Amino acid sequence: MKKHTYLVLGLLGFAALLTSCGNGNQGKGSSGALNSSNAEKVYVAPGEHDEFYAFMSGGYSGNLTVYGLPSGRMFKEIPVFSQFATSGYGYSEETKPMLNTSFGFVPWDDSHHPDISQTNGELDGRWIFINGNNTPRIARISLTTFETEEIIEVPNSAGNHSSSFITENTEYVVAGTRFSVPVPQADMPIKEYKGNFKGALSFISVDPEHGHMDIKFQILMPGFNYDLSHPGRGKSHGWFFFTTYNTEEANSLLEVNASQNDKDFIAAINWKKIEEYVNNGGGTKMPANYAHNVYDESTHTATSTMKKEVLTVDPTKIPGAVFFLPTPKSPHGCDVDPSGEYIIGNGKLSADLTVHSFDKMIAAIEGKKFDGEAYGIPILKFEDVLAGTVKSGGLGPLHTEFDGEGNAYTTFFISSEVVMWKLGTWEVIDRKPTYYSVGHLMIPGGNSRKPFGKYVVAMNKITKDRYLPTGPELEHSAQLYDISGDKMELIYDFPTHGEPHYAAGIPAEILAPKSQKIYKLAENKHPYATLGPADAKVVRDGKDVHIYMSTIRSHFTPDNIEGVKVGDKVYFHITNQEQDFDVPHGFAVIGANTSELLVMPGQTKTIIWEPKQVGVWPFYCTDFCSALHQEMQGYVRVSPANSNIELSWSLGE
Amino acid sequence: MKNASIIMIIGPLFLLGLFAFPLWNIMLGAPQYPEPLGMNIHISGIEGVSEFDLQNIDGLNHYIGMKTIPKSGEMWEFGVFPKVIIGMVVLGVLIGLLGFFGKVDFKWFLGWFVLMSVLGVLGMYDFNEWLTDYGSNLDPHAIIKVINEDGTPMTYKPPLLGYQKMLNFDVTSLPSIGAYMMFVGMSLTLVAAYIGWKSKKSGAKQQLKKAVAA
Repeated sequence: MKKHTYLVLGLLGFAALLTSCGNGNQGKGSSGALNSSNAEKVYVAPGEHDEFYAFMSGGYSGNLTVYGLPSGRMFKEIPVFSQFATSGYGYSEETKPMLNTSFGFVPWDDSHHPDISQTNGELDGRWIFINGNNTPRIARISLTTFETEEIIEVPNSAGNHSSSFITENTEYVVAGTRFSVPVPQADMPIKEYKGNFKGALSFISVDPEHGHMDIKFQILMPGFNYDLSHPGRGKSHGWFFFTTYNTEEANSLLEVNASQNDKDFIAAINWKKIEEYVNNGGGTKMPANYAHNVYDESTHTATSTMKKEVLTVDPTKIPGAVFFLPTPKSPHGCDVDPSGEYIIGNGKLSADLTVHSFDKMIAAIEGKKFDGEAYGIPILKFEDVLAGTVKSGGLGPLHTEFDGEGNAYTTFFISSEVVMWKLGTWEVIDRKPTYYSVGHLMIPGGNSRKPFGKYVVAMNKITKDRYLPTGPELEHSAQLYDISGDKMELIYDFPTHGEPHYAAGIPAEILAPKSQKIYKLAENKHPYATLGPADAKVVRDGKDVHIYMSTIRSHFTPDNIEGVKVGDKVYFHITNQEQDFDVPHGFAVIGANTSELLVMPGQTKTIIWEPKQVGVWPFYCTDFCSALHQEMQGYVRVSPANSNIELSWSLGE
Repeated sequence: MKNASIIMIIGPLFLLGLFAFPLWNIMLGAPQYPEPLGMNIHISGIEGVSEFDLQNIDGLNHYIGMKTIPKSGEMWEFGVFPKVIIGMVVLGVLIGLLGFFGKVDFKWFLGWFVLMSVLGVLGMYDFNEWLTDYGSNLDPHAIIKVINEDGTPMTYKPPLLGYQKMLNFDVTSLPSIGAYMMFVGMSLTLVAAYIGWKSKKSGAKQQLKKAVAA
């Protein structure tokens, strides 16, 4: 009997052996190197993956770039506020509505501050938000498709800079105005700015399921410049903090006239209180005109809706909702530590950092210890709210991030360095130079309750000699510091695309497993989709000619089209039939006044072609899709406007 | 004989695993497919390992002129195989029950095993025939035609068992969970037959001893 048990067990064991092989190698880079060199710390071997994603704003590129850390390799440029000929974003009929605004089609913006959605104060990796600075807009980008899904314009705002920061359960994405303006806009003398202009702080609610954005309310604040902001977290959840400058309310030569007050303010906003006020019917509905653009993944198409009303709130009407915390020297960055206790104002014309205490602030408010008011908003006494001052010895502090282990890291623009200091004792622990003139810095999760304090990235404004020269115009430079030890260690230096301001980082293990590979053709609800080659056709509707075209390795269906005439408006609706990861097809046609299309598997995209000359004109696939990519081409015959040639189309005849 | 019969009842039930799990698995990896494409061969049809694998295998195979992978209705085997398996399970359990009540002896257990083995070999033969046809019955207008060194056109029959390199693809063909459950079930019937044979022998010995003692 025993022998036979062995036989059965043996067979089972054999089966287990066979089914357990073939697991992919998902190893991280070089690990376990205790005394490794800096090169080893940043080396991610061929085929291996980075530990973190870093999303860097594109600044004047208007886009968002995706990098890996520690390697500094760039993976993708996500088009957000700017037309992007590479994919056809902003050129294709489906995506043109994404760039619609109350000013019409605005094909560019200045993107600054990405922020990843959070749940309970921790990064959840559903979406990333980013602000368009110039024509005030907030975008939401999916972190499964890495595509822009929604853009909402912000009315009554100008220079949308203290944006787009989110509250700890992604209740709101907050957008504050840098430039105060007349609200509503009016034809008035610029000199009458003082006392008349307003600064709108917008709280945009985020639908927890779809992420759809809606302006819940706008707080109409005094006409200062609202520079940067961050949410309270933990015990200070429910509050939002904005730095201000130009409390002088100068309207000209601000570099002098807005630098006269020794202290400006950090505005502390109790948004929970205002939310309650609004939910109980408070606030004033104001006529407005702003675009809300939503991309639908099932139709692969964006729609733009103009909204006509916005709810505004006068903060002086809600007692206890808004207070001013005096903060020295035109503060720029406004950062809140992971515990929610410390609010750091980085006085950019100072050598020191001012740290306010949330607990002290609440005590001062409860004790009604006010030091006057500004436009009806109580000013707290500086000494009553001050937790401490960091005597840094640097110049021009801008931004602070946290490692979750009690340390803070502040950038200094003028002295070009990152300074590491201790929360609570305010002592400086370390300082390292940056190359050159650092703006923001980023620790993955560094503005959440749970930072991942392994690396800090410094994003610099000046590059000069860091890389091989490329003429007068250079990419920006970033430095990577290892902060896992007691001190910072500069381990890498890499160029960044556009002009990154802020960045947001997240562990790869949160995002990578849910990154989408294809769009399912069966779920494609595009009205001009070609779901199979048999559905390919050409339809004339007056001067409009709609070509329903499918692509699969390695041909277009149809690839011979006749009956198009000069003066026609030809819509190429291209549907990629592939359902295989990383097999896009491209489409380009001679003389198109738009861009190419890059169509992902299962997706439909449309480009307009207006033929102006009689002839037989080729089109082709622009993505080297397969071994027979060069064969992936076709012709459109264009006849004179008065020709009688009927529409016809074919493949392989 | 009662223990043997219980094992004989349990053994054929393992074949029911073929309705839940694939019989065979063929994986196709290539430089462009670090995550290999794969097909699971069930007794009732062929399925992709991932959702779009069959479509993608067909898409690639069109270059070399292979036919598309047959759907369930396109091969008689996928209608007949499930019936044969059900029949053999019913037959095996019935034999086990009859053994339990002393109506049949271990030779019937062995008989079931032999019949199942013959059917299994026939099934494998048929499967191999299909693989041969699938891999060598190519469209004469295929885009890519590869000629072997001896001048014959290259064929693309996947291996019945084991690994083979085909153009840029690494093809691995192995039994899957359903087949392993079938092997286990069949082995159990063999065990049942052995125990049955042994108990009969010792039963005979006992009787002999009794007779001697008497």
